Amino acid sequence: SVVPTQVKINLINMLSETGLPVVEATSFVSPKWVPQMADHTEVMQGITKFPGVSYPVLTPNLRGFQAAVAAGAEEVSIFGAASELFTKKNINCSIEESLERFGEVMAAARAASIPVRGYVSCVLGCPYEGKISAAKVAEVAKKMYSMGCYEISLGDTIGVGTPGSMKEMLAAVAKEVPVGALAVHCHDTYGQALANILVALQMGVSVVDASVAGLGGCPYARGASGNVATEDLVYMLNGLGVHTGVDLQKLMDTGTFICNALNRRTN
Amino acid sequence: MGTVPSALKHCLSYQHLLKEQLWIGEPAAPPPAVPHPGQEFQASGLPEYIKIVEVGPRDGLQNEKVLVPTDIKIELINRLSRTGLPAIEVTSFVSSKWVPQMADHKEVMRGIERHPGVQYPVLTPNLQGFRSAIAAGATEVSVFGAASESFSKMNINCSIEESIEKFEEVAKSARNMNIPVRGYVSCALGCPYEGNIIPTKVAEVSKRLYSMGCYEISLGDTIGVGTPGSMKRMLEAVMKEIPLSALAVHCHDTYGQALANILTAIQMGVAVVDSSVAGLGGCPYAKGATGNVATEDVIYMLNGLGINTGVNLYTVMEAGNFICTALNKKTNSKVAQASFNTGTIN
Repeated sequence: SVVPTQVKINLINMLSETGLPVVEATSFVSPKWVPQMADHTEVMQGITKFPGVSYPVLTPNLRGFQAAVAAGAEEVSIFGAASELFTKKNINCSIEESLERFGEVMAAARAASIPVRGYVSCVLGCPYEGKISAAKVAEVAKKMYSMGCYEISLGDTIGVGTPGSMKEMLAAVAKEVPVGALAVHCHDTYGQALANILVALQMGVSVVDASVAGLGGCPYARGASGNVATEDLVYMLNGLGVHTGVDLQKLMDTGTFICNALNRRTN
Repeated sequence: MGTVPSALKHCLSYQHLLKEQLWIGEPAAPPPAVPHPGQEFQASGLPEYIKIVEVGPRDGLQNEKVLVPTDIKIELINRLSRTGLPAIEVTSFVSSKWVPQMADHKEVMRGIERHPGVQYPVLTPNLQGFRSAIAAGATEVSVFGAASESFSKMNINCSIEESIEKFEEVAKSARNMNIPVRGYVSCALGCPYEGNIIPTKVAEVSKRLYSMGCYEISLGDTIGVGTPGSMKRMLEAVMKEIPLSALAVHCHDTYGQALANILTAIQMGVAVVDSSVAGLGGCPYAKGATGNVATEDVIYMLNGLGINTGVNLYTVMEAGNFICTALNKKTNSKVAQASFNTGTIN
């Protein structure tokens, strides 16, 4: 079921108050493909923009980019993948073609001084291809970084990664992209997310994606969990003495809010 | 994430993915004959082999709301015996007044199949329990200490010192009969009553248990509050007193930290990990919270690290599926959840 626009706005505002430095607000993609994000313009225009907080939005192509900027977006994200089959199934083109499309977005973003974050999906495994080579991930990450993305978020899209594969993948990518420009986006479908994130931290990664209350199941495994929960991540980082600027209690309250609104249990 | 594809049915099945990702097949090496393999380390600095101690039938079932019939317990343990697990904690010889879930300890002990190469330790809180366990055929026992005075008092109604004295009686009898004794230290990373627990206290209690003859000390994060930070500090303190090869970690997943904590421990050279099939056993101190870490999830991680356990992940998942069906509950294992769409194996 689609979440009401006002609930989304409330959620984002609450997240803004927790101290999180970045909150991914919405996706400027056609509602034909992603109906849950159909209200992207209203959400973008409705949220309160807290000073010091970035509100990136997904922009899969130039049209989406233009709509995003018109709605007030000041940062955008583009989504690539380390798997040819995944790219074909997802956006009906090859990796090379997808990067060409992104090239248009990059050019427009550069002209407008808008930072672009690049995501690479399937970095530790693909629901169609299975194993993904670390070299391939490094190749795609490098291309996106060279195109001008300020940060590359490496996504374990189906959560199959383990500390072993995470380490191998990061070692390969860090040869091509400075570790300071790397982020990890781990899914907890197999319960491995925090262990994988720990390994990434040990290798010098200092940007981690997470989702409040672990929102977002896995579309490839019915009933399985998806995103790692921001609360669990912050708990671990607090225990490690790593500074995040995030107030865990406020974060948990935000999680409670959205779970009540969605009538579901937290992950 | 990006657009969700409509062609989900073209996905590889998860079993295919697991096979590829997890090196599932015959265990690479048979379980070692001795309880403690030498510390062989990989180039990565991680142990080559990790012994998994399966606590589901005892710690797990003891903390489940439902009282499990004896024949189900026996069936579970028999299934676990066929997975390659080297040690399975069977039951607890404690008064049924205190722990009704373990009242059938004799029947379970006598009823299970004993597979060669598999250890079947049982809890024995005192000499009486020990004798009863031996009479029922036990060949290994465990004693449970705590790093917290308050927890010791609330749990077994005596101080740490008094509990150590009782365990010494057990250890002495065990020694006379050549029965190995495993020592547990609860609240190693935090106590539900005292809060913070200082690492040197954990080291002190561990040392007492080790000195009285326990061959292995399992350090338990009883309420799951630990993080890699506190795990590291605690292990550093304990490793000053106990050889690495005699240490095990028993992590609870109440705050989702278990695998990260286990990873930290094995990075420090710990090569014995306790876990519970399907993550059986909630947390008695936090209603609705999870408890034991799931064996399936641990094995998944260790397989991915290239660490040998001798355990077949599929058969563990099947055993987990069996007990969850019997208990009419959902598994706590994420690996099992991701692998079974409907709760039964495809």
